[in-house]
Amino acid sequence: MQITVTVNGAPVTREVEPRLLLIHFLRDDLGLTGSHWGCDTSNCGACVVWLDEIPVKSCTVLAAMADGHRVRTVEGMAARGSLDPVQQGFAQCHGLQCGFCTPGMMLTARWLLDHNPDPSPQQIREALSGQVCRCTGYENIVRSVLWAARHEKAGRDGGAAEGAG
Amino acid sequence: MNAGEPYSAYGPLRRKEDARFLRGRGTFVDDVQMPGMLHGAILRSPFAHARIVSVDPAAAQAHPKVRAVITGADLAGRGLAWMPTLSGDVQAVLATDKVRFQGQEVAFVVAEDRYSARDALELINVEYEPLPVVADARLALDRAAPVIRDDVPGRADNHIFDWAAGDAAATDAAFAAADVVVAQDMLYPRAHPAPLETCGAVADADEVTGKLTIWSTSQAPHAHRTLYSLFLGVPEHKIRVVSPDIGGGFGNKAPVYPGYVCAIVGSQLTGRPVKWVEDRSENLMSTAFARDYHMHGEIAAAADGTILALRVRVLADHGAFNGAAQPTKFPAGFFGLCTGSYDLRAAHCQVTGVYTNKAPGGVAYSCSFRVTEAVYLVERMVDLLAAELGADPAELRMKNLLRPEQFPHTTPTGWEYDSGDYATTLRLALDTAGYPQLRREQAQRRARGELMGIGISFFTEAVGAGPRKHMDILGLGMADGADLRVHPTGKAVLAVSCQSQGQGHETTFAQIVAQELGISPDDVEVVHGDTDRTPFGLGTYGSRSTPVSGAAAAMAARKVRERARIVAAAMLEAAAGDLEWVPGRWQVRGDPGQGKTLAEIAMAAHSSLDLPEGVAGHLDADTVYNPPNLTYPYGAYICVVDVDPGTGEVKVRRFVAVDDCGVRINPMIVAGQIHRGLADGLGMALMQAIAFDADGNCLGGSFMDYLLPTAVECPSWELRETVTPCPHHPIGAKGVGESATVGSPAAVVNAVMDALAPCGVKHADMPLTPANVWSAIQGVPLRTDLAFT
Repeated sequence: MQITVTVNGAPVTREVEPRLLLIHFLRDDLGLTGSHWGCDTSNCGACVVWLDEIPVKSCTVLAAMADGHRVRTVEGMAARGSLDPVQQGFAQCHGLQCGFCTPGMMLTARWLLDHNPDPSPQQIREALSGQVCRCTGYENIVRSVLWAARHEKAGRDGGAAEGAG
Repeated sequence: MNAGEPYSAYGPLRRKEDARFLRGRGTFVDDVQMPGMLHGAILRSPFAHARIVSVDPAAAQAHPKVRAVITGADLAGRGLAWMPTLSGDVQAVLATDKVRFQGQEVAFVVAEDRYSARDALELINVEYEPLPVVADARLALDRAAPVIRDDVPGRADNHIFDWAAGDAAATDAAFAAADVVVAQDMLYPRAHPAPLETCGAVADADEVTGKLTIWSTSQAPHAHRTLYSLFLGVPEHKIRVVSPDIGGGFGNKAPVYPGYVCAIVGSQLTGRPVKWVEDRSENLMSTAFARDYHMHGEIAAAADGTILALRVRVLADHGAFNGAAQPTKFPAGFFGLCTGSYDLRAAHCQVTGVYTNKAPGGVAYSCSFRVTEAVYLVERMVDLLAAELGADPAELRMKNLLRPEQFPHTTPTGWEYDSGDYATTLRLALDTAGYPQLRREQAQRRARGELMGIGISFFTEAVGAGPRKHMDILGLGMADGADLRVHPTGKAVLAVSCQSQGQGHETTFAQIVAQELGISPDDVEVVHGDTDRTPFGLGTYGSRSTPVSGAAAAMAARKVRERARIVAAAMLEAAAGDLEWVPGRWQVRGDPGQGKTLAEIAMAAHSSLDLPEGVAGHLDADTVYNPPNLTYPYGAYICVVDVDPGTGEVKVRRFVAVDDCGVRINPMIVAGQIHRGLADGLGMALMQAIAFDADGNCLGGSFMDYLLPTAVECPSWELRETVTPCPHHPIGAKGVGESATVGSPAAVVNAVMDALAPCGVKHADMPLTPANVWSAIQGVPLRTDLAFT
């Protein structure tokens, strides 16, 4: 079947098997290997991407279900070459080690901050609780998201974000 | 750096590797795409023990997208049906005679795409004749037990090895003289490292050049290359193993797996690259597990709380093939560290390894070869002793810890601890936690019927294997190389044998070289994970990267510095002995204006400058580091839990961790590693276990059944540090990557048992799931490793 999906702002049309998973469509057909596959059972969240404006686990979404929709992956997080504050926060606060869960974590964190710009550490933990990281013990992921929230607030307030970390 | 401070490249430098990972531009094995690449999939046994009557691949071969189907018989024809394990046993690549665990590899399909390869697995017809199963290690040595490894002619039982350490007679004497003896059976359940990236490989056998390239999830690319060469008969210089970005390893990626070999044979047969990446169930059901130690501990003490001796017997479940990873002379790993951090008069420990119809392995899951089991045992025994004596567990530990003046200290089981100031570390942990206040709060809560627990553990790790004289894997001595090249403009490239799985080697190792050469870490590129580009070494596991490869890097840099001195002397027309090193520069002693920077020296070293007789030019240096001893990091951990008496749910409220890993090169990365290990320990204590039923069915074959801690189960970790430099390491560092995994499970379990003390509970085995805790409160502890007890 033929599907057209808008991936990171650009429409792509491909002929795919109806059973093709979205994660494999992104990785194998489009070469967007930033999203990872980790568990098959929607438990780990390494495959999280946005379908329209909602984080989904792309290992349990068919590519066909994305037909006519928008998908955002980690490759689409940086705007005009500058990293998203969430990406900056992960770099500043050592929010990643092996980097395998990181794209999914960052996309969920981005969604959280879009809906709750000033989350508590507990709210961040709950937002990320459908995802697994085996490297960080989550401590620095929470700090990374807090860093991003703080710097986005500083940006909104017109203050200089530099040095606030 | 402020003026006046000594130059230091150490510190919380942001990581070099993050730039690619943050943008989704890492290169993991499954990201590797090659022209004409085929995809492999493995057919696995549904039975834990069964004779293979027949394997019929005809229908699969007829699938239009299938390019090859490989069976055990096909491999046997090539002499490749069995391969060596890391413990000198053999393991079936594809089963020929029978299957010995559920999930064992039976056939391999190579097809044009992933989905077709999976489809074709359904078309292979295998006829099995089920056999009786041994799923419980305690039954493995029964006379009536079926012999699992009848592939070895004459083998009549499931016994693998007996190993012992310490002085049995002295231990018996100490026990005889003791006022108090406490004994306890405890199980360290089978766990799986479960890195988020599963295992996989892309094999490319080039028919024309004879070169075999294997991209694989390998923690030890050089050791794998040698193994492949010896096993496959491919000359070693024609093999290149590339371990690209690795999505976590934790010991799981130390062994060579049948899937890698199948991908290689698939490529040899088809003449095209073959990718094989396992799914999560395959990872959990067939690749290297850890732990699975049935332990019996006895501890002897005087009435005043002086610990006298420890006696331990262990039944070690190694699964169907002995694939344990540890140095050859240590079949039970470093379990001899079960004497812990205490001043004992005597100890004796004895381990018996057995085969069962369970997946092979026995790798160090984020611990240095069974130290996790050892520390768990002794730290539980000390708490049980405290309960028996009515003593405070902190005071009992403080009374018995080794004292600074006792180092170097040879333990009753023969380990030489290099350095330590244990009491200071424990005191800092107690102060950080507010221990007396916590005990007061606990008393108040107990009066209200609430179950609050405080658990302490104190651990000593042994990391950084070799020395090569005592430690090898399959005959390969555990010494590691480093090559350091300094380009004419003074920029450096360090090539090391170890392989990062997320530890940040590209940053930390650049800092090590930068520190020695007085240059910026930005000016040092670290190359790793490619056997064609790096010197030989045994790889990254057992926290050995900084203790071994880190030392090699520092020593290579010091060689470069000495070469630079000779060149600088020629440039300055001074005697080399008259020069002094200030970071980044050689200068004439007493005349600081007369000096040359490393960049100036490097350019001169490549120029036509007249150099002394015997000095050929360039600054490059290489070295092999053979560690004189292991390094012994240690720490004190305190865990505070609340247990719901109605549901048995455990909530970890606080966790204080004080680690001493000697000199910290990058404290940010060190802290991150400790965070990881603490989460790991919490997971093992509370939720992670691979259980089996009586038929040997694996009950932990997905992340729905094998539970891993998420952000909501983990508290905000409270870290502190003490620094006792390693006396024999060039930069005073000790390994740290696994310390927290070693130390934390006992702290969590001790806390839960402390919480349950008012219920009369003395011990319950991990994982302390709500069901298990609730049952313990009811007085009926469950065995959680077996579904049928």
